[in-house]
Amino acid sequence: MNTGESVEMPGGMQGVVSDWSADKEAFKVPWGKAMMWIFLVSDTFIFASFLTGYMTVRMSTTVPWPNPSEVFALTIAGHHIPLILIAIMTFVLITSSGTMAMAVNYGYRGDRKKVVILMLLTALLGASFVGMQAFEWTKLIVEEGVRPWGNPMGAAQFGSTFFMITGFHGLHVSAGVIYLSVVAFKVWRGDYEKKGNYEIVEITGLYWHFVDLVWVFIFAFFYLW
Amino acid sequence: MAHVAIADEGQELHHPKSWVTAYIWSQDHKVIAIQYGITAISVGLVALVLSGLMRLQLGFPDTFSFLAPYEYYQYVTMHGMIMVIYLLTALFLGGFGNYLIPLMLGARDMVFPFLNMLSFWVYLLSVIVLMASFFVPSGPTGAGWTLYPPQAILEGTPGAGAGILLMLVSLAIFIVAFTMGGLNYVVTVLQARTRGMTLMRMPLSVWAIFVATILGLLAFPALFVSAIMMTLDLQIGTSFFMPAILSMGENLEYEGGSPVLFQHLFWFFGHPEVYIVALPAFGLVSDVLSTHARKSIFGYRMMVWAILAIGGISFIVWAHHMYVSGMNPYFGFFFATTTLIIAIPTAIKVYNWVLTLWRGNIHLTVPMLFAIGFIFTFIHGGLTGLFLGNVSVDVPLSDTYFVIGHFHMVMGVSPVLVLFAAIYHWFPKITGRMFHNALGVWHFWITFLGTYAIYLPMHYLGFLGVPRRYYAYGTTDLIPESAHTMNAGITVAAFIVGTAQILFFINVFWSLRKGKKADPNPWRATTLEWQTPQTPPAHGNWGPELPVVYRWAYEYSTPGSAEDFIPQTDPVDETHPSSGE
Ligand code: HEM
Ligand SMILES: [Cu+2]
Repeated sequence: MNTGESVEMPGGMQGVVSDWSADKEAFKVPWGKAMMWIFLVSDTFIFASFLTGYMTVRMSTTVPWPNPSEVFALTIAGHHIPLILIAIMTFVLITSSGTMAMAVNYGYRGDRKKVVILMLLTALLGASFVGMQAFEWTKLIVEEGVRPWGNPMGAAQFGSTFFMITGFHGLHVSAGVIYLSVVAFKVWRGDYEKKGNYEIVEITGLYWHFVDLVWVFIFAFFYLW
Repeated sequence: MAHVAIADEGQELHHPKSWVTAYIWSQDHKVIAIQYGITAISVGLVALVLSGLMRLQLGFPDTFSFLAPYEYYQYVTMHGMIMVIYLLTALFLGGFGNYLIPLMLGARDMVFPFLNMLSFWVYLLSVIVLMASFFVPSGPTGAGWTLYPPQAILEGTPGAGAGILLMLVSLAIFIVAFTMGGLNYVVTVLQARTRGMTLMRMPLSVWAIFVATILGLLAFPALFVSAIMMTLDLQIGTSFFMPAILSMGENLEYEGGSPVLFQHLFWFFGHPEVYIVALPAFGLVSDVLSTHARKSIFGYRMMVWAILAIGGISFIVWAHHMYVSGMNPYFGFFFATTTLIIAIPTAIKVYNWVLTLWRGNIHLTVPMLFAIGFIFTFIHGGLTGLFLGNVSVDVPLSDTYFVIGHFHMVMGVSPVLVLFAAIYHWFPKITGRMFHNALGVWHFWITFLGTYAIYLPMHYLGFLGVPRRYYAYGTTDLIPESAHTMNAGITVAAFIVGTAQILFFINVFWSLRKGKKADPNPWRATTLEWQTPQTPPAHGNWGPELPVVYRWAYEYSTPGSAEDFIPQTDPVDETHPSSGE
């Protein structure tokens, strides 16, 4: 049907623009995926605001900032190892990104069983991340005496930003674990067989990779600075 | 060119089975739009009443005693916040965005109708939480709509405790609601246009709402985060925004926070917010002007690029609200420059509106009157914005009535005039009835002239140095007797304008029951929403087939055509030539 669009496509930059603005979907992806992308951009701004806030108060506070590699050290079998727990947590989360990617891959091939197993494994790794975070929080609160409003080691903002940012991220991970489990259950039940595609697995994957990526930034800004 | 039948992609329309699912828990974008509209206008009325009470106090401080000083602060705050967020943002995006996007693009609904429905109910919750703050013992917060800490959460501020907490919680809920709706609007525009509807054939209303929604999705996060941080400062005792401080003779526990951080976060949201309400107004008014002037919009492409440019630049001007907070002169220079730069695409739009009217076949219908009124008030408010954008001019004028006059002209009155224009313009489509013309004309003239009577004198008061957010001025050398007289005059004008809005409501209710049955396309407009098989459009908007688009949205008075308009759905041939693109 001729809708008045020229059939010939111009080349170069002009071509990109007219292709993108043509009367079709701007992105060749399902609606849900496009929406997840845009949501994640918005969520990026949330985390960026949190981290900017953290950097600002870290500079505005008049009291010295506690040394993170001291605070986040564990003594294991008599050895004092800085940042060990965080290293394990980061490793676990990055691994979960790997299992998620594999789940998506098996989704393309329509291997229902493997998809379910890998998604559940991802959820399990996510849950253990949250578990370790709970352990870390407990240690900070009970042993080090860190509170959102103050701590014995220095600037009060250390505790406030730590609990707020890791807490908000932890909520994202927890939501992701639930999301993964629900989708895995639906895949297992065969909800997507009719449609014949597992795009929902991919969308879940996007969210999960994003949460991991954000963690890398939090890790770098909070623990390594 | 391979074509994806996009608007039909796997969308299973939710078919309402009962009255409740059709009108209450409805997933139909048109019903949701009306729900948004009614809620927004209702809270807007609350804000209007509050401003009336404030004006009584300011105009006749010795005669009336409706307000205690602390109540004045509470009412200023609630008035400002409701107007900006809960009325304008909700009505433009939740109301008109919801109604027009699918119809103008030839879609059956938003891409995720269920999420869209949730968006409204969560918005309603945020309104309820906000209104609840009138009924807690502390009353609503009196921190000013900008909620600057440290004062926002200190004991001495009216509404300390529950008032400010409810405000912050309500804002956070509102942002969640907005995000659910906003994602829908953006994805619908990107992915669900009908055949032939290229981006450059979209009506400017859709373009503007689209870009405004993106601004919202990127700007509201900053407000969301500041609301969380302030809630923690308030409830848990963290010190994000709170420095060491002495309040009511007591040393508080706070230490080392940064109040200016809040200002940056707030205005990183706050300035784009101005455009979140202004851009939809720009878009809607473009369509109204073009239709009623029977002329294609002047410089369509330029208009689109101007919308995009304004949207982009609006993220790098925020600190012009903070000149008096103290900043490095180079930053002041930077933000003054970007502020003046954003005036360029804005001015282009104004020229294009005027050139659209130039030699048009202007029909002075009620929507057109409001649209032309908007051009006046917007130019007016825009010009005073140029003053305030410059550091050296802003510093003495900041926090005076000059600022009140400026922003009421540019983001208070102007968008409201467009809202009226849009409501009158689309009323026949939404309700299937015509409104009462004479009542509409009276409503326009009183509102339009009245706003000048209210806000022009405020600029003069500002030059005198009369400060804003004051309960009463008493007698000082600063403020001459004439200023008090002027304040009384402003109040009288405000009352006339406020009361005149009753004409609008009478008109709506009367027309709903007794209005003439509307023609499907009473304004003889080109865009898709006027070409629906039913008026008001039925669930699913279109018949069995989606419409197909053959031309741009502004085919008015095309040379060689018998009619003075050609709908977007008419194929191009000898008797229906194409002028556009
Ligand atoms: C008849 C219409 C209106 C009247 C009579 C009115 C009147 C007032 C008054 C008396 C104040 C307080 C000034 C002060 O003491 O500082 C005020 C503040 C304000 N108004 Fe309006 N207003 C109207 C409409 C609007 C609209 C449509 C908006 C939407 C943007 C709006 C936004 C604001 C804001 C943001 C403030 C500042 C609040 C603050 O200082 O925290 N107003 N208005
Ligand atoms: Cu601004």
